[in-house]
Amino acid sequence: MIPRHQTILFVVLLVASITLGAVLWTTLDRAHKRLLASEESAPTQAPQVAPSEQATLMVANDADNSVAPRVFSLPLPQNPEARARAVLGKLLDLYCAPGSGHPVPDGASSVSQVFLLPVTAVSASSTAGAGRAATGSSRAAGGNSAGGDELAVVNLAGAFVSGHPSGLETETLTILSICATLHANFPNVTEVRFLVDGQQRATLAGHADLTRTYLTSETVPTEGAHS
Amino acid sequence: MRGRKRIPRLFFSALSLERMRRTGNLTSAIAALLALSAPIVFAQAPPAERFVVVLDAAHGGADSGASINGQSEKAYTLALGVRLRSLLMARGIDVVTTRESDTTVDPAQRAAIADHANAQACLTLHASESGSGAHVFVSSLAPAQQAAMLPWKTAQAAWTQRSVALAGVINSALTHAGMTVTLGRIALPAIDSMTCPAVAIEVAPGQSSDGAGTGSLDDPDYQARVADALAAALVEWRSEERGGRQP
Ligand SMILES: [Zn+2]
Repeated sequence: MIPRHQTILFVVLLVASITLGAVLWTTLDRAHKRLLASEESAPTQAPQVAPSEQATLMVANDADNSVAPRVFSLPLPQNPEARARAVLGKLLDLYCAPGSGHPVPDGASSVSQVFLLPVTAVSASSTAGAGRAATGSSRAAGGNSAGGDELAVVNLAGAFVSGHPSGLETETLTILSICATLHANFPNVTEVRFLVDGQQRATLAGHADLTRTYLTSETVPTEGAHS
Repeated sequence: MRGRKRIPRLFFSALSLERMRRTGNLTSAIAALLALSAPIVFAQAPPAERFVVVLDAAHGGADSGASINGQSEKAYTLALGVRLRSLLMARGIDVVTTRESDTTVDPAQRAAIADHANAQACLTLHASESGSGAHVFVSSLAPAQQAAMLPWKTAQAAWTQRSVALAGVINSALTHAGMTVTLGRIALPAIDSMTCPAVAIEVAPGQSSDGAGTGSLDDPDYQARVADALAAALVEWRSEERGGRQP
């Protein structure tokens, strides 16, 4: 016969171990849920481990129809195409910021991709912009010592294009500042073409031609302000 | 050669002599008589003092252009063109327009109309809510020599220097009217094919410091001020052209 006090002790220990088990189970479940939730709010991109570097942005201003250089320090990836996209993203972030001199909505998400391709003899000879007033550095003096000339293909987001203000000046400035910014940071880029959601499109917002190849040599700042 | 050139000259002089005899204008009749005996070199003098301006209201038809306070840019440019035309005609300037209604006119047709008009100035009119004042553009084509045969897509290259001069006159007139003006170069298929001094003008809202009116694009005072300034610019351009300034 088991003594009475031993039976009581056994029951108490059994209840205690079941309770402890239940507590442990719920704690574990809660911790798991918390872990999942924190993973969802984490950035999808890898953390910016790249060191900050200087980039020259050619910033447009509607008030005097100008494009002027401004130097920024920002983390830039090593891959040239990702780097070009990051630089243009910063430029477009400036345009959608409050008080922008060239207001355009959407910011960095406006540039979906940038592709850098070698300029072939064929594309160079069929360039639509040939014969334009070359007001800046010529193609020959483009400063590309290492490697040949490059064509940058900028794939813009459809939302950016449909939200872009319409007008000769505003559209031309967006195009010129993108081309000049690419050339300022990638001297090998001598030609720029545009796509919208991967497709060719006639104009940016009814005025600036998106079917032609832009030469970076012709995208230096314009005459500027006259009051 | 000389004889062949002389025949139409004699013919028209005789015609005008007969007309003037009938209308009784003695001075003109004497002038016509003198013309009959004038040396052939006068036949190469500039033709009649006809001064033609082409007004090209941008967009139209399927192409609405920008949205301006709920109105379409195509309607705005047409209204500005009509207003400017009456101001110019009142000043004795002949006007040719590329469209008179809400119709689609492609850039090649616009340039063809302008080239056919043999005009002394061609203005392409745009409007935009972006920026302020007036944005004046000249073709970005590099200047080229005039030639008998010009490539269609870059015909304006032979005229860019005069176009820059015209833009300067327009800049002065708009500035004089209290507007802020920006000057730039642009690749626009319509003006790139024009064989005349050609300028694209984009009217943007005026600034409150501009003086009279709100400066809003739909403000009738502002519209009138813009049209008056452009008319004054073209009158000034006519006197400069007649003053013997050649490219
Ligand atoms: Zn327009």
